[in-house]
Amino acid sequence: MYSNAYIFRYAGLMVILVAAILSSAAMLLKPMQERNEAVDKMQSILTAAGIENVNSDNAIELFNQYVTNMIVIDEKGNVIDEYKDAGKENSEAFKVNLKEQLYNKSVNRSFRLPLYVLDKDGETINIVPLRGVGLWGPVWGNIALKSDFNTIVGVTFGHKSETPGLGAEIETPVFEDQFPGKKLFNEKGDFVSIGVIKGGVENFPADVQRHNVDAISGGTITSNGVNDMIKNVLESYVPYIQKRG
Amino acid sequence: MSTDKQEREPLFSAKNRKLLTNPLNIDNPITVQVLGICSALAVTAKIKPAFVMALSVIVVTTFANLIISVMRNGIPPRIRIIVQLVVIASLVILVDQVLKAFVYDVSKQLSVFVGLIITNCIIMGRLEAFAMGNKPWPSILDGVGNGLGYGIILIIVGFVRELFGSGTIWGYHVIPEAFYDFGYKNNGFMILPPMALIIVGIIIWIQRSRNPELIEEN
Repeated sequence: MYSNAYIFRYAGLMVILVAAILSSAAMLLKPMQERNEAVDKMQSILTAAGIENVNSDNAIELFNQYVTNMIVIDEKGNVIDEYKDAGKENSEAFKVNLKEQLYNKSVNRSFRLPLYVLDKDGETINIVPLRGVGLWGPVWGNIALKSDFNTIVGVTFGHKSETPGLGAEIETPVFEDQFPGKKLFNEKGDFVSIGVIKGGVENFPADVQRHNVDAISGGTITSNGVNDMIKNVLESYVPYIQKRG
Repeated sequence: MSTDKQEREPLFSAKNRKLLTNPLNIDNPITVQVLGICSALAVTAKIKPAFVMALSVIVVTTFANLIISVMRNGIPPRIRIIVQLVVIASLVILVDQVLKAFVYDVSKQLSVFVGLIITNCIIMGRLEAFAMGNKPWPSILDGVGNGLGYGIILIIVGFVRELFGSGTIWGYHVIPEAFYDFGYKNNGFMILPPMALIIVGIIIWIQRSRNPELIEEN
């Protein structure tokens, strides 16, 4: 039979030991993990722009080849930081913490958001990184816009823990391929965003089709999350887009 | 000392070999003990994640069994379940961190499921049923055996689901294009989790019809 004192000592010692082991492992592996995350981010930006055959080995090289400018904008549409030189993963734009900035936006309406400008075979493509909430956890993505900041070229989505087969379908081509060609602004030039709606987009009139895509059956909350994410993030860029004229 | 030597059995005695081979067949954790079904559904749509999951579980069962077996005489029985959980959870976090650092793509797919290893009943079941009452070496064998038994089923299920669901094996296309031209289609149903249950059911059926002693009498 073990005394209570023994049990407390045992548990205490065990916890301290385990904490020491786990925190040292986390610290040792952190640089490699951060590198992987950065490469993953580049991959997703390049894929959104429609660049093919991007993998973790060539992502950095392709990123440096295609990305011509990285901009940080603020809530008034001013350009805070611009970066055109090599070593792009060290630029301010690449280091922006979207989650933090979107929180700032919701609390005190001030933020710093990144914009990536790519040159793909002479065509300028602007990439806006997205972040929002799904059903179980965060969802994110990248949206690629033509140089008019209106027409969508492509999107990629990702998620942490949406339901497989339902909400998780947002990262499949079936969902993503609906976006190219859709418009952010209506004919009068007002910002409308891209909506994710129920009921089959093709059953709606042309002005609705212009700005909406089909939601995922059984993935309503995730679809709504994507809808809100696109609206919330892209409306932040409207002052910048209008300033450019 | 001399009597001690006589009692010591060889490393791979018949009894120890059984610890390793039984879980592959007549004592399989998935098809016979019916443990770890949840994660078997989740990661078997493709072979690659199934393989990584199997590998991770083998590592975790083996080391958890070893650690608990070494500690078994010191663990106060009243908090033994918590001690087991701490050991499993720490190992799983370590596996997760290592995957994130070295195979990021796989870790992205597995992120949700790596956490599931902690709740995988195979691991705690083996700790409670075996490692708490046996010496380190047999415990290691038991851990490897059960991990392998779990992994084999995972890979079989993953193979069937990936072949018929996506037409690929390990990401490489194996079904010739000509088939598709003749109207062959990948079976989308294979990708969905219920299909894993059906395949596991078929495996259980085959196994029991070949091995009548596994059939329960009701």
